[in-house]
Amino acid sequence: MARQSRLHIPHPSARPGDKPDFSYLNLSPAGSVEKPSIDVRTRDIENLSTDLVRVLDDEHHAQGEWDPNLDPEKLQIGLRWMLLNRIFDQRLWQIQRQGQISFYMESKGEEAVSIAQGMALRAGDMCFPSYRNTGLFLYRGTKLVDMMCQCLSNTRDMCKGRQLPILYHNKDANIFSISGNLGTQYPHAVGWAMASAIKGEDHIAASWLGDGATAEADFHYAITFAAVYQAPVILNIVNNQWAISTFQGFAGGERRPFAARGIGLGIPGIRVDGNDFLAVYSATLWAADRARRGGGPTIIEHVTYRGGAHSTSDDPTKYRPKDEWEAFPLGDPVERLKQHLITEGHWSEEQHQAVLDEYKEKITEAWKEARSFGTMTQGPFLDPSEMFDDVYADLPEHLEKQRREMLELES
Amino acid sequence: MNMIEAIRSGLDVLMDKDPNVVILGEDVGYFGGVFRCTDGLQRKFGEHRVIDAPIAEGGIIGTAIGMGLNGLRPVAEIQFADYIYPGFDQVVSELARIRYRSGGDFFSPVTIRTPCGGGIRGGQTHSQSPEAIFTHISGIKVVIPSNPYDAKGLLISSIESDDPVVFFEPKRIYNGPFDGDPDNPAVPWTSHPKGDVPKGYYSIPLGSAEIVEEGSELTIITYGTLVHVAQAAAKLVGVDAEIVDVRTLSPLDTTTLEESVKKTGRCLIAHEATRFSGFGAELVTTVQEACFYHLEAPIERVAGWDTPYPHAFEWQYFPGKKRIAAGIRKVMEVQ
Repeated sequence: MARQSRLHIPHPSARPGDKPDFSYLNLSPAGSVEKPSIDVRTRDIENLSTDLVRVLDDEHHAQGEWDPNLDPEKLQIGLRWMLLNRIFDQRLWQIQRQGQISFYMESKGEEAVSIAQGMALRAGDMCFPSYRNTGLFLYRGTKLVDMMCQCLSNTRDMCKGRQLPILYHNKDANIFSISGNLGTQYPHAVGWAMASAIKGEDHIAASWLGDGATAEADFHYAITFAAVYQAPVILNIVNNQWAISTFQGFAGGERRPFAARGIGLGIPGIRVDGNDFLAVYSATLWAADRARRGGGPTIIEHVTYRGGAHSTSDDPTKYRPKDEWEAFPLGDPVERLKQHLITEGHWSEEQHQAVLDEYKEKITEAWKEARSFGTMTQGPFLDPSEMFDDVYADLPEHLEKQRREMLELES
Repeated sequence: MNMIEAIRSGLDVLMDKDPNVVILGEDVGYFGGVFRCTDGLQRKFGEHRVIDAPIAEGGIIGTAIGMGLNGLRPVAEIQFADYIYPGFDQVVSELARIRYRSGGDFFSPVTIRTPCGGGIRGGQTHSQSPEAIFTHISGIKVVIPSNPYDAKGLLISSIESDDPVVFFEPKRIYNGPFDGDPDNPAVPWTSHPKGDVPKGYYSIPLGSAEIVEEGSELTIITYGTLVHVAQAAAKLVGVDAEIVDVRTLSPLDTTTLEESVKKTGRCLIAHEATRFSGFGAELVTTVQEACFYHLEAPIERVAGWDTPYPHAFEWQYFPGKKRIAAGIRKVMEVQ
């Protein structure tokens, strides 16, 4: 012990110019973690919050009790959606760089979370996403052109020009509107789940936030309410190691894994290889079944890596090694599922390339169509007087007055 | 210096002068802040004085209060004013009232720096001007500079103040003055007299407004980004306007406002924040109470519309040159 108290300042394992070092990650071998039944007592599965649930091994085979034994066709579907997510992001990122949209955030490296979970949940389950869940919107059927129109704030924008790009919603697909603020959606998911139980329905809710956002009070409110009322909710912590420039140690990840955040409240936590499609799917299904049967909430920590910048406004080379993602021991989720399918004889490089070509074409087509509804510089433009709609259910008098004033000035 | 450099210089000078000054906030340390206001300060002053914080605004403000109670002089950065609300209870119920409720025995001299305002395509969560929410709280001071020189001098006074201060930084004018027309080429601060910022220590007292342009026909009372827009609007109309930069919203320099309006007899108030219950309402009342018998026309207010800040309609929302000019004409028309 030191002779006096000291402040501990967390330091990431590597900064720009250093060799990436992930020795701090506790990795369990694929297939080594036991899968309990869904009616297990929380206190008997505390190891799940510190071990790492993995199915795919380094030779791309599925191992152990957590293997969800999905049909190859279903896995191919999963791979296709992840690919679409990846190249959709790539294209929109380029489009932002060309100045055609104001802002963008990609999910690179985290596609398995949205796609595998999207597939494991039921259509009636309600999603409260963060801004790195683009895959959920894709999987639940949001049209590419609609997502692009949102990014363009054009005449077909679902948000009517009011939100930053990628802050989508899809009411018909049961996906809530993304906030620009962090973690605020977590208590909403718990409340939605409580309402589902009050109404006697078997729909559950799921929400996502990053390692960084667990520091927000809303996270702690949410897990407290979820535990107290045993709400049927899956609370996902996507630990992608970085919150802009601060690594996960600044959210308290150095002492205990994020999956263990609920232990003190009696909420089971599963720490899962977030880049392992099969493991993510399986853990989600386990938590969903448990919630539907009155077992209450589960926290799932997805150990993954933010493969890109925080946003188009960020430059990660200023604070982390350039090649850190390449060195991440859990690899790339798209590549791992692809290799698994190839190893099992259910996929080929040719098929892969064909899907890529097909999707690139599809995205190009969709972009062309999206632009026909208006761009930042070319009409058709949204009617600016619509800015006053939806502040309240009915337009109050003072806003009607301001609307007229604005129209006079614009004319 | 631009405004970012001026703010950094203010922090640097005071950290050199007073070892109790510490900085905490999201991304402020190693990275130097998302707007670079603290760039290099951690390297110079160490990790115990420039502290990267978890993403928890309530935690940042709450622990800053604790540091202040224990003799430090914390400068907390909230990355965007739009993110300040999780820390609101700590500001309203704690920071603002500690001195009062303890009969003067405790105080915590926290300064909260936070970028505000629109004009950067930030949508509804990166564009807000919530100053009136804070001027409504007794026990805190509220500052909004409009140029680099004032930013540094006012920031130094804010940090040195034993009262808590919320220091809003209009992010649209971080890199240069802005006349309200996004199509005009960007102008750097080097071309503006207030971009000339001394390297060393100086301070501007809190609670003092500044007449940035003398005039005889009309007083325009404003602050932040709109100081520059108002100047451009007055020029557009061709009116001899006196432009008053409020600088400190709370405590308010009523004397300067009063003297100016008594001189000109006409008054327009402009701010970017929403109009209803905006700070303009306080300004109108102040002027009306002091200058009623000197007014030749009703006081006019130009403000952001009473809606959230819309991404696509940023420039229809923003009270630009045209809108302020229309307000000026309205005040001038009254005979």
